[in-house]
Formats: sequence, C-alpha cells, structure tokens
Amino acid sequence: MTISRREFMKWASAGAGVAAISGCVTAGSGGAGRVVVIGGGYGGATAAKFVKMWGPDIDVTLVEPNQHFISCPISNLVLGGNAQMADISFSYEGLRARGIRVVRDSAVAIDAEKRMVRLAGGDSLPYDRAIVSPGIEFMTDQIPSLKNPDTQNRILHAWKAGPQTVALRKQLESMRDGGVYVLQMPMAPYRCPPGPYERVCQVADYFKKAKPKSKIIVLDSNPDITSKKGLFLAAWNGLYKGMIDYRPNSEIADVDVKGMTVKLQFDNVKGDVLNVVPAQRAADIAVRSGLITANNRWCGVDWTTCESTAVKGVHVLGDSTLSAPGMPKSGSMANQHAKVCAAAVVALIKGQPVNSDTMMMNTCYSFVSGDSAIHVASVHRYDPAQKTITPVKGSGGVSSAASAAEAAYAWGWARNIWAEALA
Amino acid sequence: MRRVITLLAALAAGGLAQPAVAADAQYARSLAATCFACHGTDGRSVNGVPPSLAGLNRDYLLRQMQEFRDGKRPATIMHHHAKGYTNEQLELIAGYFAAVTPGRAVPAPAVR
Repeated sequence: MTISRREFMKWASAGAGVAAISGCVTAGSGGAGRVVVIGGGYGGATAAKFVKMWGPDIDVTLVEPNQHFISCPISNLVLGGNAQMADISFSYEGLRARGIRVVRDSAVAIDAEKRMVRLAGGDSLPYDRAIVSPGIEFMTDQIPSLKNPDTQNRILHAWKAGPQTVALRKQLESMRDGGVYVLQMPMAPYRCPPGPYERVCQVADYFKKAKPKSKIIVLDSNPDITSKKGLFLAAWNGLYKGMIDYRPNSEIADVDVKGMTVKLQFDNVKGDVLNVVPAQRAADIAVRSGLITANNRWCGVDWTTCESTAVKGVHVLGDSTLSAPGMPKSGSMANQHAKVCAAAVVALIKGQPVNSDTMMMNTCYSFVSGDSAIHVASVHRYDPAQKTITPVKGSGGVSSAASAAEAAYAWGWARNIWAEALA
Repeated sequence: MRRVITLLAALAAGGLAQPAVAADAQYARSLAATCFACHGTDGRSVNGVPPSLAGLNRDYLLRQMQEFRDGKRPATIMHHHAKGYTNEQLELIAGYFAAVTPGRAVPAPAVR
C-alpha cells in the first residue's frame, strides 16, 4: 500500500490524538462509547445528530433545559412582522427518533476526572466524551441598573430567541407612531455580527409600513458597522432613508428605566422602546467547568477536534468558543464546529485516525426587508503552522446587492440548517 | 522525511490498521459536510432550495463547482465558497455527493 506525502501531512497532527486513542478504547463501554452533549442549539443538536449518524452504536444523550428549539436566525423577521414564532420553533422529537436520549434539564457541573456531567435535577451522566455547546451569557454586571430583574423585563435584549422576541415585538406594536426605537449594541466579539444591523432593517421595514413617522437610533459600541457595511448602508440610505440615526463609538454606561434613557459616557439618549444587547461571554457551565481560557470570557479549543485546550475529554462548540481569526459567532459556524467535533469524537472513540485538515464554511444571510436579503460567506482551513483555522485567501465575500433570489436562498438555508440540527 | 518515518512508527505503535482508503472516505465526508448546512444533510435538500446534490453525476458536480470558482457560471454565493477549496478537495466533494442515494429530506419537526 502506498501512501502519498499529502496523506501523511493530512493526518500529521493526528499524532497527539493517536496517543489518546489507546486510553479511550479501554475507557469505552464494550467498544461503543458514551457521549453527553450539553446544549441543544445549533452546535449541540447538530453534534448529537452527527455523532449518532456517524457512530450509530455510540450512546448519545443531549441535555437541554428548554422544551423547544427556537432559532435566533430569522428571529429578527419576527420583530419586523415578516415571520411568526411558529416559523422558528421546533421540537426535539426528530433527535429522539434517531435514538438520541434528550433530557430536559440543565448541566450544573462537569467532573472531568470521573467523566460525569451533573444535572440540576440531581442525575449524573457518565461520558467518554462530553460536548459542551451552551451558548452565551450576558455580562449585565457592566450595566448597573440592568441587575434589577424589573428593569430586565422592561429593557429587553431579545438576543436569545424566545419570550424576549415576543415581548420586544409587543413593545414595537404598542409604540406610538412618531416614537423612537433605540438599539444599543456591544463591542465585538458578540453573537451574530450582522444581527444588530439586520434588526435595524427589520424594525425600519415595520415602521415604514405601520408607523412611518417613527425613528431609529443605533448606538453602536464599535467604531464602525462591523459586518456587511456597504450593503446595510445601501438599505438604510435607500429603503429607509431618513429613518435611521447611526452613532458609532456609543458604549453604554447605564440605563434609566423611569426616564427611558440609555446613558452613554458623555450623552443620554431617550427612546420609547429601548433594546439593549449587553456584552457576552461563554455560558455559566463553561465557567464552572474550567473551560474559559481567554479574557474571562471564551473557551479555547483545538480546531481539529473542538476539544478544550483546558480540559481533556471535553469538547466545546459554538458561540462560547474563542473564535479563530475571521471566524464569526454564528449559527452557521456552530453547525460546522459540530460536524468537525462529531467526526473527531467518533474517530477517537473508535480508535480511528482523526482528520487534521479541517475545513469550515460560513454562510450568513441577513434580510434587509421582508423579501430581500444579503450574505457574507467565508471558507476556513486549518493551518498546522499557526495551530489555528484561518480564512482561505481569495475565498468568501459579500453579496453584490440585496436581492429576492438571496431571500429565497436564505429561507432555504434556514430550512436545511434546522433539518440538519433536528431531523 | 524524518517526520514521515516518525509518523509511520507512531501509527504502527497505535495499532492502527486503518487503510488510507477509509481515511480518504472520512476526509471526503468531512469536506462534503461543510456543504450540508445549505444543501441538506448528505446533499438531500428540504424543498430542493438550494438544490439537492445527492446522487448527481460526479463530473457534472465537479464542473459546476469549477465553473463557479472560475466565474464561468453566474452565482449569488457559490463563487465565494468554491474558491475556498483546492481542485483535489472539489473532486472529493463531487465524489461524495455522487455516491449518496437521492432521497426526500425530512424537515425539522414543528412544535405540536
């Protein structure tokens, strides 16, 4: 049997994995292993499905506190009245039908020595490999008045799709014509780079139809629009001309719920609906499990396996990871993490070599109205020299202009990525 | 060359009898999996938008991706993706989807 040099290079950094394999095989239960996935979002649900699909004899348990999957992508369209909650809400029955045990509970701790995940309900789940895809937590401590739960119920983030999406839509519906909607957004990195600007488009689309005298103020903590700048500006200066007041370098200091004011360092901005998206970090289970490695916020991983750089046997996916260069925190990216991780986890459990020539692809659509969309795309490849995954030179880019064709593809993307995670 | 020999030794010591063919099959699967998010798991697309790739002719698939890459076939997004893969990778992706049995895609289950 001849093996080309390329073959050797491809499997080269699997060397570290080879050492771990022998230990893993003996630790497994009768050849097949046990995988516990924490979090049933774009990362976790997809990982659970693909571990089961690519390793049918592996015992897979998915731990998720919510009864339903509610998608963040497309949720801005609910705010704009261009989609309904039913369009973005799905059940976990498809995963159960695949033989995955779906447990409605929260993981409170991971004991990496004993290889056990402890649940809030009291149960403990043993694992050979744990996959943690818990999403984000808001750093509300940076906005003093937002510590108050009553204030949190009045000044919404709606940056996790669900009850807050419904509540923010109601606030927009109740607002008088001629009112002001204020969106304050955090410094990058945050979940979904183009998300805030898409939200502005969706709210503007609604105002244009239903309350045309109304205005939008965007308080961006960043020095400039962080994603698809030219395309969003084209929509704001075209479709929504005169409606949007964009203010960069507008970091939040606090909020005043009585005066309905966002307090900046040198300015106060009043509004009728205040939508404050706080800065974010990896969710609490990542903190409690010692998975945070960067800036007290994010989890470092080996991008060939998504295994934590801090805790062996635990893999981390999605928005809670320390993003590689040029990698957005997106549902699309979490989907890619999930399949890289699932392939590695199955290989490690079965004692097969792990692919180290990791490829990932990102596809993020944004709707600039109800029926017109734009995209940003990128392709990423693992670079053994830099020990990280980086964008492939010459690949990727953004739409030339917003179009109805891309709106159809965006819905196609959504239906397929939902099926990929849940069916 | 020294690195290659060390690796051979490491692989032998690990008791891995995995033929390169199986490793290549998994590599092809991992490459194709990057396309699933839009084109459906294993290239079976829900409602067929974007199009299903499962079971299409290998040479046809490869030619489409090459034409997207080279700007010969107009695209909204595919040129951005196709430029990210080597020709060898595109061949493996085309081969993977050509070998999948076409079938209906199951959509994500609605809340009842």
